Amino acid sequence: MRAGDLVIVPISRVMVHDSVIDAVMAGLRDLGKEKVWDAAKVGVFVDHAAPAPTPVVADSHRVLREWVRAQGIQTFYDAGEGVCHQIMVEEGYCEPGTVIVGSDSHSNSYGAVGSFGAGMGATDIAVALALGRTWLRVPESIKVTFRGALRPGITMKDAIMRVVREIGTDGARYACVEFHGAGDLPQGDRITLAGMTTEMGAKAGIVVGTPEAPAWLRPDPDASYMRTVHVDLSTLEPQIAIPPRVDQVSDVSQAIGIPVDIVFLGSCTNGRLVDMQQAAAVLRGRRISPRVRLEVVPASRRQFEDAMADGTLGILSAAGAVIGSSGCGPCLGRTGGVLAAQEVCFSTANRNYKGRMGSPDASIYLGSPYVAAVVALTGVIDDPRPYLEASDADFDALVARRRADRGDRGAASERSGDRSRELVMAMPQRKGPQVIGMDQED
Amino acid sequence: MPRAWVFGDDLDTDQMVPGRYAPFMVGQDTFQNYAFCDARPGFAKDVRPGDILIGGENFGCGSSREYAVAALKKLGVGGIVAKNFARIFFRNCINLGIPVVESADAVSLAKDGDDVTLDLGAAVLRTPRGNATIRPLAPFAQEILSAGGVVRYLAAHGDFPSVE
Ligand code: SF4
Repeated sequence: MRAGDLVIVPISRVMVHDSVIDAVMAGLRDLGKEKVWDAAKVGVFVDHAAPAPTPVVADSHRVLREWVRAQGIQTFYDAGEGVCHQIMVEEGYCEPGTVIVGSDSHSNSYGAVGSFGAGMGATDIAVALALGRTWLRVPESIKVTFRGALRPGITMKDAIMRVVREIGTDGARYACVEFHGAGDLPQGDRITLAGMTTEMGAKAGIVVGTPEAPAWLRPDPDASYMRTVHVDLSTLEPQIAIPPRVDQVSDVSQAIGIPVDIVFLGSCTNGRLVDMQQAAAVLRGRRISPRVRLEVVPASRRQFEDAMADGTLGILSAAGAVIGSSGCGPCLGRTGGVLAAQEVCFSTANRNYKGRMGSPDASIYLGSPYVAAVVALTGVIDDPRPYLEASDADFDALVARRRADRGDRGAASERSGDRSRELVMAMPQRKGPQVIGMDQED
Repeated sequence: MPRAWVFGDDLDTDQMVPGRYAPFMVGQDTFQNYAFCDARPGFAKDVRPGDILIGGENFGCGSSREYAVAALKKLGVGGIVAKNFARIFFRNCINLGIPVVESADAVSLAKDGDDVTLDLGAAVLRTPRGNATIRPLAPFAQEILSAGGVVRYLAAHGDFPSVE
């Protein structure tokens, strides 16, 4: 089997989420299939618009629940249990070395434990449910190697955004992105990496050498790659994506002082305990800026409960956060705090298209939980590291200065929008000269 | 005569049908009326059956939402010609029976509103400024398209086309 070959492959599991159920059911009906090929290999999740925000959605969820019962599907996670991908990985539904197809584009996340996870549309999912097989074109591979250790205040979210900056939104189209030097990272970091290969157009993302994967699951020693990228974690800076493109990424230092109205901490990319702990490390004992709202949505009930048990959610709530029920939340603009026109959001999720979180005239910056927490505190984008290192007195002085600098700017401020355009104009072209801290081969 | 609707690079599915107008949010019979409602206001009203969408690089990137393609299908879009396509979007089009073909020069030849003809047999897109060359589809995809989509293909044949 070689890259470019068309193959028909068996599937170990199919993931179906709430927003597509009508189309999936219609597909199965049109195929003349009453039952899925194997109910034990299907997982169904109510997470994208949950709990239901409108009667139409509520009705669709009702139909979904009836279908799940009629099919005898046991793996069913209803509203409030969490984001499909987080549950698929943390509850062990992703068998390493198998092909899993999911109705959501971030099904690439299953590569966190060495599964080949590919997102597909509703009809492909209906066909997979009917046959237990799918067709694939064997992808070429891109090799991303991490070396060095992250400095305090920097996360693997910054690392993957650095990779997206390099590869671009279509640089991995039809390809599989292989991560080397990340197998020993915590599972959550690996989900952040594998999931965001979707933002480069990849068919799948796979972390090599994870503890879950069997020894036989490793790249051929003489494998050939269409591209190789190295990231030196020890020189990495905090990264932010500038609206409206996820590959318009710059060091946070370029964006200091941009006013923000609302902060979203959550999603399958950064809604886990560790992400909430990172935000709590900044916000402990303090209140967020009166000019900012902070929404925290744990990625799953397990993460929610862990963050309750260790006091993290208490810290965030005391700081002024709204805590949402586990799920996708406002990540895709359907429930829990959609954006108004002109509003500026700072999100820890993975997409910042126009209209992604509500009004097409809102802007969305993306970054790590540390940056998100500092934004919530000060009302402007800033580098989190000085805050993490400062004494209490210096910390408070920094916050006061940033809040004063911000003044009345924010939603409906022309300057917020202008600034993102300026930043983009000032950016080096992606395929230009090499950037410090990252060299490229091939 | 089919007309051309010309778009740029990186046209994402959020622009085709924003998430807040998913069939799931507004109902199965109305979501197509929101096609390109932010990116090209008036599209859903003015597009005619058979019209051709033309684009640049990475057409259809972003979310896997098949209803973006379903909306175009319901509005009768006759085909899409772009420099290249995002993978999930490409599959969704083949599955629902919308011809999607790659062409390096279509986007520079065709202008918005041009009368155009997509001739898959001759592998060209005819425009008032000349013919754009089209890369033929793999036989596997062609078979599914000519059946009218993957569901019809499977209903007729019981299995995928051969990959040999
Ligand atoms: S959290 Fe956001 S990116 Fe993840 S599955 Fe949900 S909507 Fe998609």
